Amino acid sequence: MADNERMFQVKIITPDRIFYTGEAEMVEFNTTSGAIGVYKNHIPITTVLAPGAVIIHESSGEKVAAVHAGFAEILSDKVTFLAEIAEWPEEIDVSRAEEAKKRAEDRLAAKTADVDIARAEFALRKALTRIDVKGM
Amino acid sequence: MASMRDIKRRKGSIQSTQQITKAMKLVSTVKLQKARNRAESTNPYFNAMYQTVSSMLKRSGTIMHPYLKANESRKKAVVVITSNRGLAGGYNSNVVKLVTESGFAKEDVQIYAIGHKGKESLERHGYEIKSDDSDVIEAPTYTDAAEICGRVLKAYQEGEIGEIYLAYTHFKNTVSHVPTLMKLLPVELDEESEETGKSNVLMTYEPNDEEALDVIVPKYITSLFYGALVEAVASENGARMQAMDSATSNAEDMISDLSLKYNRARQGSITQELTEIIAGASAIS
Repeated sequence: MADNERMFQVKIITPDRIFYTGEAEMVEFNTTSGAIGVYKNHIPITTVLAPGAVIIHESSGEKVAAVHAGFAEILSDKVTFLAEIAEWPEEIDVSRAEEAKKRAEDRLAAKTADVDIARAEFALRKALTRIDVKGM
Repeated sequence: MASMRDIKRRKGSIQSTQQITKAMKLVSTVKLQKARNRAESTNPYFNAMYQTVSSMLKRSGTIMHPYLKANESRKKAVVVITSNRGLAGGYNSNVVKLVTESGFAKEDVQIYAIGHKGKESLERHGYEIKSDDSDVIEAPTYTDAAEICGRVLKAYQEGEIGEIYLAYTHFKNTVSHVPTLMKLLPVELDEESEETGKSNVLMTYEPNDEEALDVIVPKYITSLFYGALVEAVASENGARMQAMDSATSNAEDMISDLSLKYNRARQGSITQELTEIIAGASAIS
């Protein structure tokens, strides 16, 4: 059992539900400026999320979730994720993610004028995140 | 006095109307339950979002950003959320009235319609309909909200429109739905509703203030959109349930009134028949 002093509150909220709420010792996640890990008493920061895995280190073990697009608000005793999409590994359909990955890659490779590059890249990143998280 | 047969026919037709309104009421009651649960589950996201954005904007005096100040265009975009189907009492016309009575000059307004009813009636009033996404209202998803929101924000950034408003029906509770006209952009926050506790924390933004605003404000608007869509669906079903409930009880009243008339007419005809028989019998004897 980890020391209670080091625990802080973590919340992941999506538009449709409260995805996760609990106590953790540390969370790791990707931001647009790189991957970071947050302990208790972090300085207050609001940061934009990049698609990736969020790893929550609870006292009883680790929890992994895929989070795409959103931002995180970090306070000294609380971290709130506002994510547009969040998924547990067991909710991810890998074959669908593989298909999406392939589609996105094809679209990027084709590079025709009507391809929305930013969108395809985002779709590719999303698919990769899903596959990664599932494999963890 | 109307004949017995006329009364009976009228009663029958009211009875079948009542059956329809009763069934519609049941259907919208079930739909309301579902829609209300959805509306309630979006609340935490929206509240957290609102807190973040308001604490962010409180120190925005130093940040110069297009989302925070009006641009030159006098055009106003109004996103009007109504239903695709009628028979919901004043639900649709109340939202339309919000727009027509808002005091905006007709030629300055561009309507982004969600819901056939609002679109049709604003079209008749002579407003410019910029886009129509009526299918969305059947089953609103966050992706739909993001897509529409993206389009409106693009028009805003390109200077085509100077202000964005949202007209929808706020779902207060099952019996109370408030038509609301809300200003989305440029962002304005009402001073009183902000709590002071959180604002003392000096928040840092990553990558930097402007970029964080760039990402967070559209998400904030999208969450407002989505919240409004979900609430509008709940309100629609609530309004329909009420309308159908009163229609059913009105039909009940009419039927009991007609039954009384029918019985009176029946009694009248029996009395008349008897009188005739007795008169005939006494004439023979």
